[in-house]
Amino acid sequence: MSEASRPQTVSSGLTLAQKLLARASGSERVTPGDIVVVKVDLAMAHDSSGPRRWKPHLEALGARLWDPSRVVIVSDHFVPAVDADSAAILKLTRDFATEQNVGHFFDMEGICHAILPQKGLLRPGILVAGGDSHTPHAGAFGCYAAGFGATDMLGILVTGQTWTIVPETIRVELTGSFGKNVSAKDVMLVLCRELGMDNAFKAIEYGGPGVASMSMDERMVLSNMAAELGGEVGLIGADKVTLDHIRAHGGSVSEADLVWQPDLDAAYERSISIDLSELEPQIALPHSPANSFPIGHALGSPIHQAYIGACVGAKLQDLHMAAEILQGRRTAPGVRLLVAPASSQVTADAAADGTLSILLAAGATLLPSGCGACAGMGAGLLAAGEVCISTTNRNFKGRMGHADAFVYLGSPYTVAASAIAGCVSDPRTLSADMTVPA
Amino acid sequence: MTQIEVTGRAFVFGDNIDTDLLAPGHLMKLPAEDLARHCLEAISPVFAKSVQPGDFVVAGKNFGLGSSREQAAISLRILGVGAVIAPSFARIFYRNALNLGLPALFCDAANRIVEGDQLMVNPVLGKIVNKTRGETISCKPIPDHLMAMVRAGGLVAHLKSRRGT
Ligand code: SF4
Repeated sequence: MSEASRPQTVSSGLTLAQKLLARASGSERVTPGDIVVVKVDLAMAHDSSGPRRWKPHLEALGARLWDPSRVVIVSDHFVPAVDADSAAILKLTRDFATEQNVGHFFDMEGICHAILPQKGLLRPGILVAGGDSHTPHAGAFGCYAAGFGATDMLGILVTGQTWTIVPETIRVELTGSFGKNVSAKDVMLVLCRELGMDNAFKAIEYGGPGVASMSMDERMVLSNMAAELGGEVGLIGADKVTLDHIRAHGGSVSEADLVWQPDLDAAYERSISIDLSELEPQIALPHSPANSFPIGHALGSPIHQAYIGACVGAKLQDLHMAAEILQGRRTAPGVRLLVAPASSQVTADAAADGTLSILLAAGATLLPSGCGACAGMGAGLLAAGEVCISTTNRNFKGRMGHADAFVYLGSPYTVAASAIAGCVSDPRTLSADMTVPA
Repeated sequence: MTQIEVTGRAFVFGDNIDTDLLAPGHLMKLPAEDLARHCLEAISPVFAKSVQPGDFVVAGKNFGLGSSREQAAISLRILGVGAVIAPSFARIFYRNALNLGLPALFCDAANRIVEGDQLMVNPVLGKIVNKTRGETISCKPIPDHLMAMVRAGGLVAHLKSRRGT
């Protein structure tokens, strides 16, 4: 990734989405509603959306990738292979990566959205096109990162460009700091309820002191779940925390990348403000992330499974949150606690810092890194009538196994606390008598 | 390759026309031509039977919400619909439509068009002439370079013609 960012110096009422799309389209200035053609800096896809869908079309066109060095392929949905069909898809993906000389191929190393930042592939200012609906995840790094369908991705692979409509922006202003056992996931469950899931052609932009004090792992939750709001992107301006994270993961950035900020006088379609210090743990009831309530609403609902997984909910900090609750405790009888770290690096880090032993001592079963049960493909699926509480981002009917299973969504704190109690529980008030005597 | 300016009749629908109305889920296994015959039948049994090439679908807000299935746009294309005109579209439907060669036009004044009106639509100029009512309303233009793709019949056809395969 070489291209230098085009500095925007004048403060003139622009949202971050406008600045990013002006750069990507080579325009002086773009206005919401404009249809623009944009150059793609990074094209990402996984084993489900990528090579298996592209190959026949590329062959029919006699085309190759426009720039293999800008293509990222991550095998994460069908890993590890559980039958001959998934094995064949993974093999096709591997062979494609070799034949097409794909610049960045990661086979069974973790979930695509976790892999991009972990490998230092993101940089503020760039445009990322992903063949996955949670591509907005990368917006936490000041990138314009949006999800696209199969035909769109094919066009991008062949031409290196695509088109979009410059979105209006919804600004989410976060103030204050989190109380005990409250996290970014709770913010998003509130927003799914308040903003609804029908914000197509909108950019969601997060800012304010509450975002500035958040770690990158937490910021990624905000950007990731912009997808649940229906948004095209979930943007966060670049600051020192962003640049430090990218440098620590081998990426190249310079202080000039700090220009990727909205103007102070940017024009928003709508703004919403949340005081983090007043926020309680939230829970989404089956079968929609927008079906969310403060935790008190569902306390005591029995569960069979607690799942800590997915791009949004199994990063290192998510495992730390779970471990904070699980330390010295054990899961309730009859409850299975499954942990599928977002990447093998997360597993290694959690092993190195002692987190993993806390989880295992509490009775957790460690699963391979990948989309797993979140995609309804891997281990940890549900039978009819079973109830799961999960750190994932979606609880649509039938997504995690049987159509008559029930999935609650909560933060890693809430999921861990519920695993201990055997029912939906408030992590702030988990009773002391659930501690196992040393 | 289709003409830029298209003339035809308006078929008018309401808000929130979803992908199940356009391409019913339980019929998705049918071949595309057969599926198209059921397009919008749940709310208009006559539409698929009487629509002629070049006619327009005019609708309310959030046209095409629901699943990402490309058959929703393909069915309208197969029926020869000249353009879909609505004040707003669901993002995936909108992208699919253009990628599959179906012009989709954002038009705030779509509700001024009445069932059966004769329209002349120019997507590049962003102009809709309502011959029946003698008025011209504007819609968001589709830039030339995107219309080149739409007119070629969509993205894949466009790539083919550009590569000469
Ligand atoms: S973990 Fe779940 S939400 Fe994330 S990319 Fe995989 S399937 Fe999608």
